[in-house]
Amino acid sequence: MIEHRPGLNFFCHALLITAIVVILFPVWFTFVASTHTAERMREVPLPLWPGGELWQNVVAVLRHGVAGASTAPVGRMMVNSLIMALSIAIGKIIISIISAYAIVYFRFRLRMLFFWMIFITLMLPVEVRIFPTYKVVSELHMVDSYQGLVLPLIASATATFLFRQFFLTIPDSLMEAAWMDGAGPMRFFWDVVLPLSRTNIAALFVILFIYGWNQYLWPLLITTQESMYTVVIGIKRMIPGGDASVDWNLVMTTAMLAMLPPALVVILMQKWFVKGLIEQEK
Amino acid sequence: MATEKRTHFPSAWLPYVLVAPQLAITLVFFMWPAGQAMWQSVLLQNAFGTNTQFVWFDNFRDLFADPRYLASFKTTAEFSLLVAVSGMGIGLVLAACCDYLLRAATVYQTLVIWPYAVAPAVAAVLWSFIFNPSLGLVTYVLRAWFGYDWNYLLYSGQAMILVVIASTWRQISYNFLFFLAGLQSIPRSLTEAAAIDGAGPVKRFATIAFPLLSPTSFFLLVVNVVYAFFETFGVIDAATEGGPMQSTQILVYKVYRDGFKGLDISGSAAQSVILMVIVIALTVIQFRYIERRVEY
Repeated sequence: MIEHRPGLNFFCHALLITAIVVILFPVWFTFVASTHTAERMREVPLPLWPGGELWQNVVAVLRHGVAGASTAPVGRMMVNSLIMALSIAIGKIIISIISAYAIVYFRFRLRMLFFWMIFITLMLPVEVRIFPTYKVVSELHMVDSYQGLVLPLIASATATFLFRQFFLTIPDSLMEAAWMDGAGPMRFFWDVVLPLSRTNIAALFVILFIYGWNQYLWPLLITTQESMYTVVIGIKRMIPGGDASVDWNLVMTTAMLAMLPPALVVILMQKWFVKGLIEQEK
Repeated sequence: MATEKRTHFPSAWLPYVLVAPQLAITLVFFMWPAGQAMWQSVLLQNAFGTNTQFVWFDNFRDLFADPRYLASFKTTAEFSLLVAVSGMGIGLVLAACCDYLLRAATVYQTLVIWPYAVAPAVAAVLWSFIFNPSLGLVTYVLRAWFGYDWNYLLYSGQAMILVVIASTWRQISYNFLFFLAGLQSIPRSLTEAAAIDGAGPVKRFATIAFPLLSPTSFFLLVVNVVYAFFETFGVIDAATEGGPMQSTQILVYKVYRDGFKGLDISGSAAQSVILMVIVIALTVIQFRYIERRVEY
């Protein structure tokens, strides 16, 4: 703040607070819905203040899912989502860091070809190659498996570029010194490059975990058994047509549970999250 | 910045081993399916896959002669424009306020950014519950206080509003963060010099901050359009399923519908190819712009 202007100050605070109230309202409303009985959630107007059923709803949903909607227990779906999100995040990081290392620290034939092939994956999001990718996965018998959920999403041009960009900033003298001291390429990778990449890895992890947890289209296609649903898919399956016979208290409890892990990751790792997002621009 | 290392490790096989996993995945799950989509887009296949013919570009001609496909194009354009403009507008205003206040900025930042963590499909469930035709709170208020009939399952304009709100909500956080980072990187000396010359906060924003934010805005525009084109599939599927009467059927949703529900494999493949062209165009725009910025 350069000058003191109480009016403008007040205006900015008021605007931000209003915006935050509006932005947080759906979440509050969801939380309130998850604390009432199914009967109460069928009476208009709906409550704006929490009731006392939160615990029962959470337990019911985690153990039995939503009755009538024929879905698996949400506990199981949460586990599926967690496995998927962690495998995608960790897998992408490992695959990208080693290929970026190869591209930066080695000179080999076809290097540029490989670089461009990785670059092109940027231009082929799942949404664009839905049907043929599904066919490949089903021919490999990976429908309803974790491999099927994870592998087609695990190549990452963005992460590879990020690591490449970072490796290029590591001074050449480090590598030359290591080489003179007799450290081979893998030794140099473990002892120098990997520890230096820690912050980048943390930042990427946050972004990729959220990306993995929030996947929708791909799990929708590749999971046919209820026991393989991720929680994001599960919610959608609980509201066929959105009619009034839905147990909204339970659906909203599930929504709360589905939001919780990624929201916690963002809030607890805010510094890494912001870094990870902003880095993607470069 | 250098794009090459001065020295390299001499090894004939190690680099190939290191790129192998990424390459294998790229070939099997990216290149091959993309090639398949291109190949199928010039074939005509019946729903059982028993009869296939090479038809050149007939599938594309059929698509562009199909009023429903053209309508889907128009819907996508409208939808992505609305999402990009409203998301960026709100993000910019909030970032400007936050930047002006400085001290309270971190608290506000935490509260604004976290909806980014919510899956698009979950965001759609949240908002369609609020706007639910029989139970929703907003529906109730609109009906009881204003006598307005809200039913997004019947009225196409309302369905569009709903999916735009649900998609924008999540994206505000992203735009906000980038605008805030952009504003905070503006040298203090510039702003202070303008203040000494008598420019008020609003004038300073309009003449200094706004022009300096143009690279950020351009980057965000591309990102938001990409988001609206591809990542909002979950929003559409969970909120409206493309309805009512295909009024919210964006291109990506139509590829899915035609391919998986309609079993029109060649038509769906042709649509995929068109989408690929769009992504390639957007990526090229983004990278050309970044190259130019590096020269500064």
